[in-house]
Amino acid sequence: MCGIVGLLLKAPSLRPRLGEFMVPMLVGMTERGPDSAGMAVFSESLAEGRRKLSLYCAEPGFDWPRLERALLEFLGDASFETKANHCIVTTRAEEVKVRSWLAREYPPVHVLSVGRSIDLYKDLGLPSEVANRYGFARMGGTHLVGHTRMATESAVTPENAHPYTAGEDWCLVHNGSLANPGSLRRKLEKLGERFESDCDTEGACRYLHWRLSSGDDLETALEHAFRDFDGFFTFLMGTRDRLALVRDPFACKPAVVAETDEYVAIASEFRSLAHLPGIKHASVFEPKPAEVYAWSVQ
Amino acid sequence: MVSAMKEAGRRVEFDLGRQAVRDLNQFLHGDLRGVTEVAVANPDGAHNIAVGLNAPVRVDIDGHAGYYAAGMNKEATVVVHGNAGPGLGENMMSGRVEVSGFASGGAGASAHGGLLVIRGDAGLRCGISLKGGDIVVGGDVGSFSAFMAQAGRMVVCGNAGDGLGDSLYEAVIYVRGEIRSLGADARIEPMTDEDIAAVGELLAAAQIDHPPEEFKRIASARSLYHWNADANQTY
Repeated sequence: MCGIVGLLLKAPSLRPRLGEFMVPMLVGMTERGPDSAGMAVFSESLAEGRRKLSLYCAEPGFDWPRLERALLEFLGDASFETKANHCIVTTRAEEVKVRSWLAREYPPVHVLSVGRSIDLYKDLGLPSEVANRYGFARMGGTHLVGHTRMATESAVTPENAHPYTAGEDWCLVHNGSLANPGSLRRKLEKLGERFESDCDTEGACRYLHWRLSSGDDLETALEHAFRDFDGFFTFLMGTRDRLALVRDPFACKPAVVAETDEYVAIASEFRSLAHLPGIKHASVFEPKPAEVYAWSVQ
Repeated sequence: MVSAMKEAGRRVEFDLGRQAVRDLNQFLHGDLRGVTEVAVANPDGAHNIAVGLNAPVRVDIDGHAGYYAAGMNKEATVVVHGNAGPGLGENMMSGRVEVSGFASGGAGASAHGGLLVIRGDAGLRCGISLKGGDIVVGGDVGSFSAFMAQAGRMVVCGNAGDGLGDSLYEAVIYVRGEIRSLGADARIEPMTDEDIAAVGELLAAAQIDHPPEEFKRIASARSLYHWNADANQTY
């Protein structure tokens, strides 16, 4: 079991309060996912040519200032924002340059996300603990994807927490389980996709990213996924300007959507939406199985 | 708990914004001392609201309920003025459960008796393994509804999804709209006078207005009742 939450703010005036609305959504899904929690938050894009990398290191007391100095010296252009075990690096450097330097100099440091718009945090602990550790409530932005995890098929580790990412400004969270992640992985590794964990969800994330970057639109990519994924899923996906939601054809895992003129909010259960402003007058519906729902930032 | 309850004659109010579901349910399971109506405010999607009732009390839930609302109901009338999560009224024995909006998956599963009224749409597996209860759905039902339903009646005023009535026993389904596909051994049969009367009676009980003649009857062809050695895994 896991919990998923998503929020897209249509009203620009609310965007500084994105995290404030989101934390009770995430905490509301604690019973569905007490092991670990994570959030991808999308805010206004950096200018073309610049990108952000969300880094993570599980070692307590990791010396981030030392990494920052060394990376700045190596890249010549970088700024840093460190929160607990995470650090967001903003730079004009190519992703591969940063990744290869980290692999050489700091093997325990993982790259959680890359893009012009996405920041990503995920860690072990109750959703409320993770939210406090990284100050989720103070974060602003246009939209976000969040997850609370109750592990069923791979270990409780930070890298197995959600969201998962692939490529730039793309992330996915999953409630459910896949029975064929191994065969998906073998197929994708032959095609050049590189895996970083042993969680079934990473297979789904990289599969969809592979289809999308091969030219499929989201609907076509998901048509293929319905055939190639053996298992249960509600997926919530985030891109630079969109949230998208899909449930498997058997609708084994729940989801509910509430929409007003000011926001679109998605959660596994209504109890994560009950605190939102204007919820009593929101249009509340249950997404149908095997149908793709998507909302864009205006 | 008692201090937070406002007793007005035989009516009691609970506010789940301040009180626990367990307090509400323990009150409903106890000696009601003449209380006939219980109003529940701020349900906010909580699970297990008004489960296991066993007395002729009316419970009005003002808002959306979470999983398993009014499960195992006996004698009581439980009305959700909002939407309901998975497992609404499952294993009902008698009484009445009603939701004004939609009900998620597995509504009325295994109900032995009573009437479940869903004014909006029902999700997947509505009335799965129905054992004698009646279900009236004002909107559509999702796929695999009435799977292995053994006894009871289901009236669907809208459309039905895939695999309706798969491996049906003696329950009967009435559908007014389109059926995306029937499950194994389910078939459409002619409406008899008894069927028209039954649909009319159930619609009247649910206070939903449609001419009963517009419904189709779906029942079991009973070809799965006996093992057919020649079928060779075709079903």
